[in-house]
Amino acid sequence: MNTKNSKAWMILALLLFVLFLGSWQLVSMSLKNMPGPIPVAKTAYEFLSDPFYDNGPNDKGIGTLTLYSVSRLTAGFVTGSIVAIGVGVILGLNQVLFKACNPFIQVFRAISPIAWMPLLLYSVQNSNWTALLVVFMASVWPTLANTAFGVSNIKKDYLNVANILQMNPVSKVFRVILPAAGPTIVAGLKISMGSAWVAIVPAEALLGSLGLGYFVWNEWNNLSLTSVIFAILVIGVVGVFIDVLFNRLARRLAYAD
Amino acid sequence: MSGNKKHEHGAGCKHALADPFDSQTSLMHCGCGSKEDPADTAPLTEESVIDRTVESAVVRALFQGNDLTRRRFMGLVGSSTALSIIASIFPLDAAKAWAKDSPGPLEKKELKIGFIPITCGTPIIMADPMKFYEKHGLVGTKVVKAAGWAMIRDWAVTKEVDCAHMLSPMPLALTLGAGSTPTPFLMPAVENINGQAITLHMKHKNVKGPQDMKGFTFCVPFDYSMHNMLLRYYLAEGGVDPDKEVKIRVVPPPEMVANLKAGNVDGYLAPDPFNQRAVFEGAGFIFKLTKELWPGHPCCAFAASKEFATQMPNTFNAVFKSIIDATMYAHKPENRKDIAVAIAPRNYLNQPVEVVEQVLTGSYPDGLGNNHNEPDRIDFNPFPWQSMAVWILTQMKRWGYIKGDVDYRTIAEQVFLASECRDLMKEGGYPVPSETYMPHTIMGKSFDPTKPEEYLQSFAIKRT
Repeated sequence: MNTKNSKAWMILALLLFVLFLGSWQLVSMSLKNMPGPIPVAKTAYEFLSDPFYDNGPNDKGIGTLTLYSVSRLTAGFVTGSIVAIGVGVILGLNQVLFKACNPFIQVFRAISPIAWMPLLLYSVQNSNWTALLVVFMASVWPTLANTAFGVSNIKKDYLNVANILQMNPVSKVFRVILPAAGPTIVAGLKISMGSAWVAIVPAEALLGSLGLGYFVWNEWNNLSLTSVIFAILVIGVVGVFIDVLFNRLARRLAYAD
Repeated sequence: MSGNKKHEHGAGCKHALADPFDSQTSLMHCGCGSKEDPADTAPLTEESVIDRTVESAVVRALFQGNDLTRRRFMGLVGSSTALSIIASIFPLDAAKAWAKDSPGPLEKKELKIGFIPITCGTPIIMADPMKFYEKHGLVGTKVVKAAGWAMIRDWAVTKEVDCAHMLSPMPLALTLGAGSTPTPFLMPAVENINGQAITLHMKHKNVKGPQDMKGFTFCVPFDYSMHNMLLRYYLAEGGVDPDKEVKIRVVPPPEMVANLKAGNVDGYLAPDPFNQRAVFEGAGFIFKLTKELWPGHPCCAFAASKEFATQMPNTFNAVFKSIIDATMYAHKPENRKDIAVAIAPRNYLNQPVEVVEQVLTGSYPDGLGNNHNEPDRIDFNPFPWQSMAVWILTQMKRWGYIKGDVDYRTIAEQVFLASECRDLMKEGGYPVPSETYMPHTIMGKSFDPTKPEEYLQSFAIKRT
């Protein structure tokens, strides 16, 4: 990308942002009780100037709540991904098994992770574990499907070379299979991460587990749209931040074919 | 520490309850040779008697009954130093609290108590900021906000919370297994009486009664709620079948206000502050307070699983007492403004203080330009009348929430702990009724708790 292009997109983005603020302002002026950008900015300033306050178990700063959500996301996503990649490699190496399991994977993939929530809550009987499992469920399927697909499409030459070298199964997985299927797996992980972050907000709101979702619900209880809009922005910004971090991590893992 | 204050009275009497940290006193039971008035240093209240007894017992044990050594030691180091030395090696405060909370120590102090952010739960909620739990030794007890009734029910059943704020039909439904797996629950105390209202959309200003409400869409907070039972009763008394001629939806209260504003629903029978909030938002008006339907009707309750009460009897007793104290405190009109300030913040109700105050003091605008002054718009009384449980059961059967034969009395007495509540209320010095059943009058129709089946059969509109 050359410098001229990079400037062009920045100017365009800025214009879009101004356009967004302007139309938001217009909407807020025509809709009764709809807060515009200025009151939201004020609220944002108030919340952000003291992000880690603690006024008891039901009222914590936005920074603390973000940390709750992010750590829940990390825990659920990491465990979900490990399981998904493990199972994905096994399925990818065994065509018959893959074909047999594929319909089930597709069915499970289509189910919103939130739909699992009542069932999970009923079986694990703990709302924090349930929220974690919802994230887990959201993380598993895209990565699983992508890993299985990626592994089953590795060039046969790679596997043959590994066999000739008489590599043991463990190093075969780590030194040949995973790197070869790497890009597909990373693409799956990215989708998983996105759907996990999307799932976490309603899960927390419904379960009353501390986090950004709880914040949205608690402010909604007070019919405070200003705070709700602020929370929406925080959720979006944190989501982008996670995505950027993830891309950096993925670039480190990338390799040339 | 309390010992320091007592010491200020100076030395004097040789009394079994004399200050054990004073070098001039004897702790021997028979050694009362002094002619001074024993009231001089003897503690006066029951609490301080217990404090003093515990202190003396500890001090006597430390000096192995040798009173002379004790007096020499106290004379040497001074009483306050001695007190702090002893307190540092022996948990004096804990021993004192333990003695007061007889018959035994608290099995657990740091309880989690679930609540729904509505004014019905006022005593449960305010007991945290106003330190009613602490007063009964439950230091570190927290109140946690739940997102809805189904959630708080699941929290209570899965033991994620030790006790919970519930709607008074819920412990009955839980015990019977209606809408959930059967789990024996107890309802030691009612929280609020009255305090609900029917709120209607502004376009229904001319509505006079149920006859004008055919085709309406209403919201209630939960199936097993007094709101649902009272709304159905109200409509049916006016000849409107609540299952066929109107729609009743279960909706979380904040969404009721938003839906009313949007005109998606015609009204609701809901807990406050969401009736007053609709007025505050200009979304609707308060059509009727529920106290006009049934003066003194129960609404929300304090509930715990039977398992919790059996496994931790002392803790259960302490939390029960905290709730009774808080409820009786909330009953007094002069305390209501302070309570509104204590429970309005984000950690609790998360509502404007003004709205909470309008609800609790009963001095409020109704949304049609009239100001009302109804001090008992909401009131607080912990006594769980078993006749109220019987009424709730008749209505649950009436609308098909429970089927078959219902053993009204047994269930009512198993869940609504009226006599236990009475004992603890008496202990706290509060007036108590001598009965646990009484006849009620709901919209002019009398209910005799000894004849529930006849009462049920007397209704024209029913599902049984």
